[in-house]
Amino acid sequence: MKPLALLFTLSVGVLLLAASLDLPDWSDPASPASSHVSPYYIQESLNQTSVPNLVSSVLADYRSYDTMFETVVIFCAGITVLTILRRTFRSKDKYILPRPEREDADIILQSAVRLLVPVMQVFALYVIAHGHHSPGGGFQGGVILGASFILLSIAYDLKTVLKRFKENSILFLSAVGVLIYAGIGIICLFLGRNFLAYGAWAKLLGITEQEAHSHGMLGVEIGVAITVMVIMFSLYADLSSSGDLDEGL
Amino acid sequence: MDDLLLFIISKYNYWVAIILLLIGLYGMISKNNLLKKVISMAIFQSAIFLFYISIGTKQHATIPIIEHGHNGYGADHAVIDVANYANPLPHVLMLTAIVVGVATLGVALAVIQKINQVHDTIEEDEILRNMEE
Repeated sequence: MKPLALLFTLSVGVLLLAASLDLPDWSDPASPASSHVSPYYIQESLNQTSVPNLVSSVLADYRSYDTMFETVVIFCAGITVLTILRRTFRSKDKYILPRPEREDADIILQSAVRLLVPVMQVFALYVIAHGHHSPGGGFQGGVILGASFILLSIAYDLKTVLKRFKENSILFLSAVGVLIYAGIGIICLFLGRNFLAYGAWAKLLGITEQEAHSHGMLGVEIGVAITVMVIMFSLYADLSSSGDLDEGL
Repeated sequence: MDDLLLFIISKYNYWVAIILLLIGLYGMISKNNLLKKVISMAIFQSAIFLFYISIGTKQHATIPIIEHGHNGYGADHAVIDVANYANPLPHVLMLTAIVVGVATLGVALAVIQKINQVHDTIEEDEILRNMEE
C-alpha cells in the first residue's frame, strides 16, 4: 500500500512540477492573476466605497455574497459539531479524554490571564472597527475574541467561562451574526436596490453613497465577527469536553 | 549560471507549495491513523493557501491598503498606480478559506471523537475489522 501511495504521490508531483514551468514568474506584475479584475478593484475601490483597505472592500462589498455564505458555512460547521458531539444526558460508559490531573488553581497563570483577556478583547474590537483603514476585519477580530474565551477556559476551566457565557447565548449569537449580515442585505432590497448593494443605505442614514458602502461593510463585519467568535469558542468547548461541557481540558 | 539562478528564483514559490501539497497528499493516502489523515489534510490546505498568496504578490508593491486614503473618496490624492499595490483578490479568498478551514477541521475532529467512542480506536484497519465482525 505504502509504495503504491508513494508512487502515486511522486507521479502527481512530476505532473505539477511540469505544469509549474508554464506558470507566471513569482511576483510578476503582469501575471494573469493581477491583470484582469484586480486593477479595477485597486483603482476604483476608494472612489466607490471610500475604504482604503482593499481586502476589506473586496471581501465585504464586491464579493459580499461569497462572504455571506462563508459565514453560513462556519455557522453550519458549529451546528454540525454540536449535533455530533453534544450530549445533554450523562451516559455511564462515557469516554473520557486523557486529562492531566488537575492540581489546585495556579494563581500566577490565572492572574496573568485575567490581565491579558480584557486587552485581547479590546484589541479585537479595534481590529473589527478599524478593519477598513488598517489590516483587520470581521474574521480576524472574531477569531481573536474567540481565542480570548478559549484562553480563559484553559487557564480556569470550562465551567467558569460557561457560567458567564451560557450555551444558549452561544447558539443565539451564532444565528444573530448571520442574521445581521443577511438583514443588512435585505434592507437594501426593500430600499429598491439589489441584495447587499449598500448604496441604498445612503437615503436612510443621510450620508453620501460612498460612505454608505463603508458603513454597510462595518455592519456586515460585525455580523461576521459575532458568528466567528461564538463558533470558535463552541468548537473548542465541545471538542475539549467530548460534548459534555463539564470541565474541559 | 545566472540564468539558472533567475529560473530558480522566479519559480521556487510554486515548488514550495507543491512539496507541501505532496506531503499532505501522501499522508492522506498512506497513514492509517485518522488523526494523522486530518493533519495531512491541514498541511495540504496550507499548501493551497501558500500558492494563492504567492500569486498575489507583485514586485516593488506594498500591501493592498491605499496610502493616505483615510480622508475618504475623491479627496486630494493622485491617480492610484496599480503596480504599487499587491493583488487583493487572493488575500480575500484565503482569508475566508483559513477560517472556514478551521471550522471544517473542527467537524473532522468531532467525527473522529465519535468514531473513537464507538470503536475504541482511530486506526483505520482496526475499525474495518470491527465493522466486519
